[in-house]
Amino acid sequence: MSLLRVENLSKEFGGIHAIEGLTFSVDAGDIHSIIGPNGAGKTTLFNLITGVYTPSSGRVLFQDRLVSGMKPYELAALGMSRTFQNLQIFFNMKAIENVMVGHHLHLDRRFLPSLLRLPSVTRRDRECRTYCAGLMEFVGLGKYLDAEAASMPYGALKRLEIARALAAQPKLLLLDEPAAGLNATESREIDEVIKKVASTGVTVVLVEHDMKMVMGISDQILALDYGRKLAEGTPAEVRANPDVVAAYLGAQG
Amino acid sequence: MTFNTARTGGLAILAIVIAVAPLGFSNSYFYDVGVNAMFNAILCVGLNLLIGYAGQISLGHAGFFALGAYGSAILTTRYGMPALGALVLSAAGVGLLAFVVGRPILRLKGHYLAMATLGIGIIIHIVLKTEAGITGGPDGLSVDNFKMLGFTVKGDAMWYWVSGLILVFAVWLALNIIDSPVGRALRAVHGSEVGAEVVGVDTASSKVLVFVVSAVFASVVGSLFAHKNGFITPDIGGFFHSVELVTMVVLGGMASTFGALIGAVILTLLPQVLAAVEQYEAMILGAIMMGTMIFMPKGLLPSLIAAVKRRGEA
Repeated sequence: MSLLRVENLSKEFGGIHAIEGLTFSVDAGDIHSIIGPNGAGKTTLFNLITGVYTPSSGRVLFQDRLVSGMKPYELAALGMSRTFQNLQIFFNMKAIENVMVGHHLHLDRRFLPSLLRLPSVTRRDRECRTYCAGLMEFVGLGKYLDAEAASMPYGALKRLEIARALAAQPKLLLLDEPAAGLNATESREIDEVIKKVASTGVTVVLVEHDMKMVMGISDQILALDYGRKLAEGTPAEVRANPDVVAAYLGAQG
Repeated sequence: MTFNTARTGGLAILAIVIAVAPLGFSNSYFYDVGVNAMFNAILCVGLNLLIGYAGQISLGHAGFFALGAYGSAILTTRYGMPALGALVLSAAGVGLLAFVVGRPILRLKGHYLAMATLGIGIIIHIVLKTEAGITGGPDGLSVDNFKMLGFTVKGDAMWYWVSGLILVFAVWLALNIIDSPVGRALRAVHGSEVGAEVVGVDTASSKVLVFVVSAVFASVVGSLFAHKNGFITPDIGGFFHSVELVTMVVLGGMASTFGALIGAVILTLLPQVLAAVEQYEAMILGAIMMGTMIFMPKGLLPSLIAAVKRRGEA
């Protein structure tokens, strides 16, 4: 069953088609990767799916429900969560508080109980803190439990975004270049984290340039070029597709 | 855990300082200055939620302060309303106004938001000055003592203890908000709006909420000020007063409740110390603001804490 369906989706920026007539679907439980050269429209596609941008035309369906035009926080409530290529960490907060914000939707968000610090709020906050510490351990950030986000290295912040996204307990997790800027060892570690996440039943959509990672962990791959679908299929099929080879290495003769 | 110790410890220290300070007060003038310092502190603790924690600016909060003051003055003297009822009704009205204007203007960022809030403050000031039939115009209004349940708050010493209690309560409320789901959402809005949105924080509503809360803080202080002072003029809602309030928050420490409190106390005491050079007050205020931004952009208290921590590690 498809969890996410994108139908004939287009986005124009002043006459430039960043995404043009794109149709694809993501099955529940899969790791679905999106690849393509720089400027192919991968991040734009993420922004369209997660409500950061509004499509010029076309539709996005999440769990068979029309969601294009909804706000990011509404989509988060439906079970969609994401990370960013350029970090969107809350640098003014502690690392664990970043993750706790991720759990926002599962807490009592009413103003008065918070203002009066009702016992129910502090109790849920304590549970939330323990749960989020567990998530930080899960992504390999155990030693940063007490750290300020601003004092953490880049690689750790990449994982912190994943932990924050997981704290929302999403059905669909979109990861925008989780390995960008990481060295080979760190990339392999992120690789493991993504596999672990997928094994818990979360559907993952992954944008990544690290081909070793993409080919190794994906169930399905969508290749984009100039905002259009270039190829689609299993890693083996996409790898063998002449159009993909041409887009990446340049066409021959 | 450390946060909780800092929190109860901070509240205890605050209560002790308020209780002990009068030992050094030799006459009622000291109490008077102390009350003004605490009024400003309450207002800045609220304003800091908006500026320091949620990362939004307001150059119009003196307007909300003045509306609270005039609301209480008019409702009690002209309509014979009980003081507490007038205070609550004024605060509700100011909260509603902040909600209505906050929705559209909090979509603006940076300088644009500063300009919009500045505009609101100026409009309120002009209305208070020109609607003389209601507000008494530039001549001002006199206000009665604060009476409640047959009990009258009057005299500087009594006002000192009342405002001390309210200050501790206000700090408690602010600390509660900051360390709660609501407060974390506010701080997340400051850190990254899009990052907050994608994990389910309705950033637009969060900003409006904190704007309303800080306006209500200002309004309540305005009401108290009106009763304490016994006389108000439109100038309490002027632009200069708004800048003064922001400077208090910036000097003491953005995103630090006790910092904002300390900033408010310092800048209330400063004119008393510098009474001889009164005509330079605006200049000195500007210099303090600039100096803070350049030399300790995080403000006095956070910079001090960081320095002590560094010393501890070295």
